[in-house]
Amino acid sequence: MIPVAWPIALGAILFMIGVAGVLLRKNIIVMLMSIELMLNSVNLNLVAFSYHLGDLRGQIFAIFTITVAAAEVSVALGILIALVRNRRVFNADKMDTMRG
Amino acid sequence: MEKVFFLIFAAVAVGSALAVVTLKNPVHSALALIACLLQVASVFVLLRSPFLAVVQVFIYVGAVMVLFLFVVMVLDIRQARMEAFPQKERWFVYAIVPVITVELLTVILGKGFPRLGPGSTEATTVEVLGKALFTEYLFPFEVVSVLLLAAMVGAIIMVKKRWD
Repeated sequence: MIPVAWPIALGAILFMIGVAGVLLRKNIIVMLMSIELMLNSVNLNLVAFSYHLGDLRGQIFAIFTITVAAAEVSVALGILIALVRNRRVFNADKMDTMRG
Repeated sequence: MEKVFFLIFAAVAVGSALAVVTLKNPVHSALALIACLLQVASVFVLLRSPFLAVVQVFIYVGAVMVLFLFVVMVLDIRQARMEAFPQKERWFVYAIVPVITVELLTVILGKGFPRLGPGSTEATTVEVLGKALFTEYLFPFEVVSVLLLAAMVGAIIMVKKRWD
């Protein structure tokens, strides 16, 4: 039997790697991939607790998370393609049209 | 035995996740992320959630990552590869992220974390999951389907060349 702390620890490590990727990288595609990594580690937490509590609600929430992540990726890549078509930039630091 | 397999999968997952963040070429990052997601799917199998493992492989590896690879290949990759990786001006990230990771692991692996029971040994069947999804969680299910439709329409409209 896997102790409950192990998948949670794995999820925490993956989440922090994703946070580091979002903060460190400038390439916007790799930043999106790091966000995917973070969403996936949250799924790991939900499934681990679902298994250890004997309750299937965690898995249902994980299914919803996967669906929302798929929607998010499609919209984000659409925005990225429109952006790159108008201004040839991949660097997230140079996308400052809105003076953010 | 399960613990050995879990440790193998976890080690490969963490290694490939580090590869996602550190590799310079976005295509290599995407391939490393595919490896990481497959490892997480096998951890799902160890946690007795086979349906979720299959969904993970189908949707993440099959759809989302192929979409990523497609976009990376459509866009000009030589421009996308221009960053110098170890960035000196982001020193605060190197300082803060390990500290937070160590804090989280101290809390999770420490004494105060609740020791839950091992749960049921048999896997959650698709039948039980489907019944719950279509009775108790019908409304969130429909909301998520509308969200998917809106995302699809939005993506198509944004990517379309001209709209008059």
